[in-house]
Amino acid sequence: MPDHIVTAFTDELEHLSANLLRMGGLAESMIMDASRAVATYDLELAREVIKRDRSIDELEVEAERAIIRLIALRHPMATDLRAVLGAMKLAGDIERIGDLCKNIAKRCLELTGDENRAAVKGIERIARAVSHQLQMALDCYLRQDIEAAKTVLELDDDIDDHYTSFFRETLTYMMEDPRQIGSNTHLIFMAKNLERIGDHATNIAKAVYYMVTGEATTGAKVESRLSEDGDKR
Amino acid sequence: MDGNIEDFTDTAAKKKTQSATGMTKVDCRHIDVFYDDKQAIHDISLEIEDRAVTSFIGPSGCGKSTFLRCINRMNDTIESARVSGEIFMDGANINDPSIDPVLLRSRVGMVFQKPNPFPKSIYDNIAYGPRIHGLASGKAELDEIVENSLRKAGLWEEVKDRLPAPGTGLSGGQQQRLCIARAIAVSPEVILMDEPCSALDPIATAKIEELIDELRERYCIVIVTHSMQQAARVSQKTAFFHLGKLVEYGDTEKIFTNPEDGRTQDYITGRFG
Repeated sequence: MPDHIVTAFTDELEHLSANLLRMGGLAESMIMDASRAVATYDLELAREVIKRDRSIDELEVEAERAIIRLIALRHPMATDLRAVLGAMKLAGDIERIGDLCKNIAKRCLELTGDENRAAVKGIERIARAVSHQLQMALDCYLRQDIEAAKTVLELDDDIDDHYTSFFRETLTYMMEDPRQIGSNTHLIFMAKNLERIGDHATNIAKAVYYMVTGEATTGAKVESRLSEDGDKR
Repeated sequence: MDGNIEDFTDTAAKKKTQSATGMTKVDCRHIDVFYDDKQAIHDISLEIEDRAVTSFIGPSGCGKSTFLRCINRMNDTIESARVSGEIFMDGANINDPSIDPVLLRSRVGMVFQKPNPFPKSIYDNIAYGPRIHGLASGKAELDEIVENSLRKAGLWEEVKDRLPAPGTGLSGGQQQRLCIARAIAVSPEVILMDEPCSALDPIATAKIEELIDELRERYCIVIVTHSMQQAARVSQKTAFFHLGKLVEYGDTEKIFTNPEDGRTQDYITGRFG
């Protein structure tokens, strides 16, 4: 697509998208670091992740300002309008991912360090899958690639499965040793947070699909999964 | 709460399309226009809906005004212009030799870019058309037509105390509404507007747009505009012209959020290179 006649318009849109990718990169690093802090019981790293959330919040405020300015001053239309609306959704989703990571790190501070190794490793395993999904979602935003966006939607099933099996596994540990109930509950909430991050990555992919095609994601599979998700919550 | 919001947007959406009947008022088929040897319009076919606002957009020289002028045979008055193709209004071909262009123009009113009131009183500006077409049988009836037309154009309250004053003494926005009242006075069915707000300030523009929105309940309105925001605000259908061809025609909402054609996309997003 050719550039705008007013080059500042193109510059502002590019700046906005670079800003969102920077936010996304930060969120991705927070997922991996928060789960590593849990897996290695690294409280220093956990505290650092909590602090990093502030940078995401600041970037979100900056992105919002840029979006309001674009709408007020440039009156975006068609693809530009969809890019700006999509950016607004992305900023919100990434900001929530930051909050969820921060919550994982906070819960890490409540652990004792002698939790069941298998359970702790389970968190890291889900985190890897979620971080991969987010990375793909951001990648499809960068390349405006709707095929990749569809793959991201499919990955969400795996993450839900990961979460369900982790939940069952952790329940077993709690039944075996009731003294672990407190810290294992924290682990279950962490896994739930990761599962929610997966939902936000899915939202990002859907926003990209809308930006590129101008249509909401369709297909029976996606639709039915959406309603299932709604039921679970 | 969610329900309320949905109800609200639902009602708003309905309001936007309410008066559109989906009935075709003007059916243009295979229109070509030449100025001497130069072809200005290439084979355009377009159905214009009744009781709706259709906007024509496109870069300067794309043929949108030329096409608009075909609808009331204004191109007849240009010696070098030649129009071919058929335009049906309520099923009758307006280019048929049996059609009197003067009568046609009483059914198809026109408002121009620059307000052009007659150098006469406000009253006579409105009364002129009904008089020559013999639409009023006496002074009382003529008075009524003048008042009704001014009311419909949203100008009555501002001018009712100075009807004998010259129309040219009004402000630009008022003059344009006077011209709209003048067009309405002969009870047209279609109103053509060629950039009616391009010489007006934003407040006067807003008043005209509000007026257009009210008028569409009774008339078929076609507006040529350079302001895409205006097309988006006032019309239900939008046609995009480029180089004398109709590139895309559809619901205004669709054109401005997700146009089909790359050229439409590039034009409305300001990318035409």
